[in-house]
Amino acid sequence: MEWLISLAIGVLTASGVYLTLRARTFPVVMGLTLLAYAVNIFLFAMGRLTVGLPAVIDKTAGAVNIANHSDPLPQALVLTAIVIAFGMTAFLIVLALKARGELGNDHVDGLDVDSDNNVTKEVK
Amino acid sequence: MSSITFLSINLPIVALLPFFGAIFAAWASKINRLASAWVAAFVTILALAFLAPSMALVFAGETLIQSWTWIPAIGLEFAFRLDGLALLFALLILVIGLLVIIYARYYLSKKDSMGRFFAYLLMFMGSMLGIVLSENLIQMVVFWELTSLTSFLLISYWQHRQDARAGARMALVITGGGGLALLAGVLLLGHVVGSYNLTDVLAAGELIRGHDLYLPILVLILIGVFTKSAQFPFHFWLPHAMAAPTPVSAYLHSATMVKAGIFLLARFFPVLSGTPEWTFLVGGAGLITFLLGAYFALFQHDIKGLLAYSTISHLGLITLLFGFGTQLAAVAAIFHIINHATFKASLFMVAGIIDHETGTRDMRRLNGLFKYMPHTAVLAMIAAAAMAGVPLLNGFLSKEMFFDQALTASNASVWAWAIPILVVLAAIFSVAYSLRFIHDVFFNGEPVDLPKTPHEPPRFMKIPVDLLVVICLAVGMIPMFTVAPMLAVAVAGTLQTTPPEYSLAIWHGFNIPLLMSFVALVVGVLVYTMRKRLFAWHESSVAHWDARIIFNAVLGALGTFANNVTRSFDKGSLQNASVWVIATALLAGFIGFTSVSAPLFGDRVLMPVDGVSVLAVAILMIASVLTVAWHRKRLISLVMLGVVGLIISLMFVKFSAPDLALTQLSVEIVTVILLLLALYFLPQTTPKETCDLRVSRDIVIAGLSGVGVTLLAMAVLTRDFAPISEFFLLNSVPGGGGTNVVNVILVDFRGTDTLGEIVVLALAGLGIFAMLQGMKLYAPERDTGGRLWNPDLHPEIMQTLTRLLLPLMIMIAIYIFLRGHNLPGGGFIAGLIAAVALIVQYLSNGIAWTNGRLKVDMHWVIGFGLLIATGTGLVAMGLGYPFMTTAFTYLNWPVVGKFEVASAIAFDLGVFLVVVGATVMSLVELGKLSNESHQAPTEPKLKSQEQPQVQPQAKLEQEAN
Repeated sequence: MEWLISLAIGVLTASGVYLTLRARTFPVVMGLTLLAYAVNIFLFAMGRLTVGLPAVIDKTAGAVNIANHSDPLPQALVLTAIVIAFGMTAFLIVLALKARGELGNDHVDGLDVDSDNNVTKEVK
Repeated sequence: MSSITFLSINLPIVALLPFFGAIFAAWASKINRLASAWVAAFVTILALAFLAPSMALVFAGETLIQSWTWIPAIGLEFAFRLDGLALLFALLILVIGLLVIIYARYYLSKKDSMGRFFAYLLMFMGSMLGIVLSENLIQMVVFWELTSLTSFLLISYWQHRQDARAGARMALVITGGGGLALLAGVLLLGHVVGSYNLTDVLAAGELIRGHDLYLPILVLILIGVFTKSAQFPFHFWLPHAMAAPTPVSAYLHSATMVKAGIFLLARFFPVLSGTPEWTFLVGGAGLITFLLGAYFALFQHDIKGLLAYSTISHLGLITLLFGFGTQLAAVAAIFHIINHATFKASLFMVAGIIDHETGTRDMRRLNGLFKYMPHTAVLAMIAAAAMAGVPLLNGFLSKEMFFDQALTASNASVWAWAIPILVVLAAIFSVAYSLRFIHDVFFNGEPVDLPKTPHEPPRFMKIPVDLLVVICLAVGMIPMFTVAPMLAVAVAGTLQTTPPEYSLAIWHGFNIPLLMSFVALVVGVLVYTMRKRLFAWHESSVAHWDARIIFNAVLGALGTFANNVTRSFDKGSLQNASVWVIATALLAGFIGFTSVSAPLFGDRVLMPVDGVSVLAVAILMIASVLTVAWHRKRLISLVMLGVVGLIISLMFVKFSAPDLALTQLSVEIVTVILLLLALYFLPQTTPKETCDLRVSRDIVIAGLSGVGVTLLAMAVLTRDFAPISEFFLLNSVPGGGGTNVVNVILVDFRGTDTLGEIVVLALAGLGIFAMLQGMKLYAPERDTGGRLWNPDLHPEIMQTLTRLLLPLMIMIAIYIFLRGHNLPGGGFIAGLIAAVALIVQYLSNGIAWTNGRLKVDMHWVIGFGLLIATGTGLVAMGLGYPFMTTAFTYLNWPVVGKFEVASAIAFDLGVFLVVVGATVMSLVELGKLSNESHQAPTEPKLKSQEQPQVQPQAKLEQEAN
């Protein structure tokens, strides 16, 4: 199972990195989202994988048995990380919109490399 | 510090008062042009008043120390100290500061901003006071750098002038750089002594001088001293700093800032002096500076230039005295500090008056001013005579002591006989340039082509000069009744022991020092009479040596080098920069993996694999790869991204993380809606890449990253570890009052972190709002297939259903929120669910309809959320607990039964509100945009159908332009 999760993280990272290196804003935002997924699962997995043992304490069971619960700390970290990643994605995509509005194209450097040819295509 | 009395807190007030005063001075200029001058003068008098009560104690021989712990772990204390030396400097700073403020009020013209000037001046005053009153050395260095910064602001006060900007930059580079060396020296010193407190350092002289690090400490501290006090080879910034307004020159470049280095020499005199290294470095630099300054001063044509080099020379004299290393030399040095401050400040003020009343500072044009401004001329003559060391003036007394010490030092070694000769040589030039200042400006024929007809300045502009000149005379004639007590206590503060016997008498009988004075005076006059020939020789041989050329060359080369380094990595392309970052991470990871000899994987027992998991992960991987493979068709790629997100939330379900699963699910929905909204305004497809090489390179980099991360994850997952979470699990119920440990960590144990995170979220929301203001994007009319977008914006079935769903979704959100402390849920998840509920309304019913019914401004929601979250933390502080401490209790309500209430739920409410506010605001603002742009082209429906291709494109181009 560990191999499975590690591979999943690896594939997400590779996809994310490839898209992050693209020249247009929308794929870059998608790439960063994928990278954020990879990072979140990676952080989460640092608490090791457990099945059926949520970090919710059963008060009726008496003293807390630590071995019976998953590690809550990475979970707390990842929970906020997910929300922050959303904030970042939202900010970036609006930035991309702003860039297009100001510069007339959606290249990451604002360069009109091949002009904004698909816009032209679309309208014609 | 059991009881707080006035005398236990007044020193920090003295040092910090000018900084607060600066704010008022800047503000006061709005009321009235002169109000800032009044504020500045008032603040200075107030600081003097706060200092005054401590003076009696210092004169009684006490050293006052007032300290508060700040960061004890790194030896940083907020600590102040007042002894004789500190008192002398504090009085110089405040009294001369007051005179300069009065003078500047008349000096500045109507065009100059008074508020800015006096605010800078007060900030500088506070920084200087901070240096001299600091007990903690690191704190002192902070104030030291503040003087560099504030002097930069003051020198560049006339920002429109190129020379002012260049001079300010040079001063900042030299003195700021020296400050860094000083910091290093002080850190070493503190390391050797084991304390950064001056009291401990001053008591550890033996230890420091005997330590291996003595030489590095000495050199580093001296670099700080020499740069600040314009000692050779760092002297060249001072003449260029003369581009500052003259009150600044009078204050910074004669009386105070350049004396900060000297102050440090005096401060560390008992600790660092008395070694051959000290004598060689300090004495050597002092002697060269003394000579160099005196020589160059004679050949300046600008009166301020003359005074600048003369200042350099006198600073060299004081440094040389400290370099002699004897106690009597230190006495002479302290005495000369006082004398130089008085006569040089008055001379600068005279130079300012001349500049102000004639419009030039060029001595080749300024002649015969005596008959136009006799009062000023007399003041200048007395002050210049003091500078030249004429008997019955204060300069004479300290110069006699100096000659005496130079003679004493001549016995030190074989080569030391040269010292008295070189000293007399410098003194000859001092006499010559003093004479030139008087004769050239006030006599020597008629003025040449002056821009203004000179006349006496306003009365109050002369009063500060009057006072300073009276001090020169009083100290020179009756030293025992004027300067003696102050000098005695300052010397005691410097030496940290009982001062040696010394005499302040005017007449010591016929002796060699008197002879030296006599020779200097006579030969100095002779040199001046031969000036024409000397000038010609100087112009032809020495004048073109300018350290500024070297400085600019070095600075230019550094700039070019830095630029080249940056340019070789950053070619102005994000893709290129990203490749560098990722490649560097790969390299670091590779080195990390290969440099450890341990096996790559551990021996932890792995979890068995089941079929469902394999299937789920397979879908995840395929979707992830398809997101990439189809990334040029953006909509399809986005759908694939959604699949990835959903599988990830299933993964959290599987591996015992219900909170994460809920969060991921709701975030996924919001993210996809957001990206869809945005995609509407972006091209629907990505053009094909032109460069195949880049594509293959990126595939390699991406592949390597994937392999690296997989191995890294596996290396961790196959090893056992000892988590620190035991504490959280054990204390969640007894300490936090909740059984859902993840939520208790978020709102209780690590509440401050969460507070920071919701602030980030709030900022992202507000940032999005700000970026979208006034933005106009023209959306396409048709999709990629050339079809018109569906004109039915709000389908009725969807409207009806979502309206029915709203109460249900809100109820679920409330339920999830309330149970969060004990079962999976909480503010984040509930906030996202509520946000989705509201967004769905906006989507199906339109923004106008929803806004009409939901009359809540999301700015307020975010604001209240932050307020509540911070407020919960502050309430705990108000009750005497650390920030963010929570409390809980059990309530027994009828029907509901016994349940538990934790104050953390209020914090969670804050989280909830921020999440709802930020999320809804981001999406609705984006949606509004599509609403506006959607209506614009459809308005003239027929027209746009006839010629839809031209209009949006033309508009887009207009936007681009």
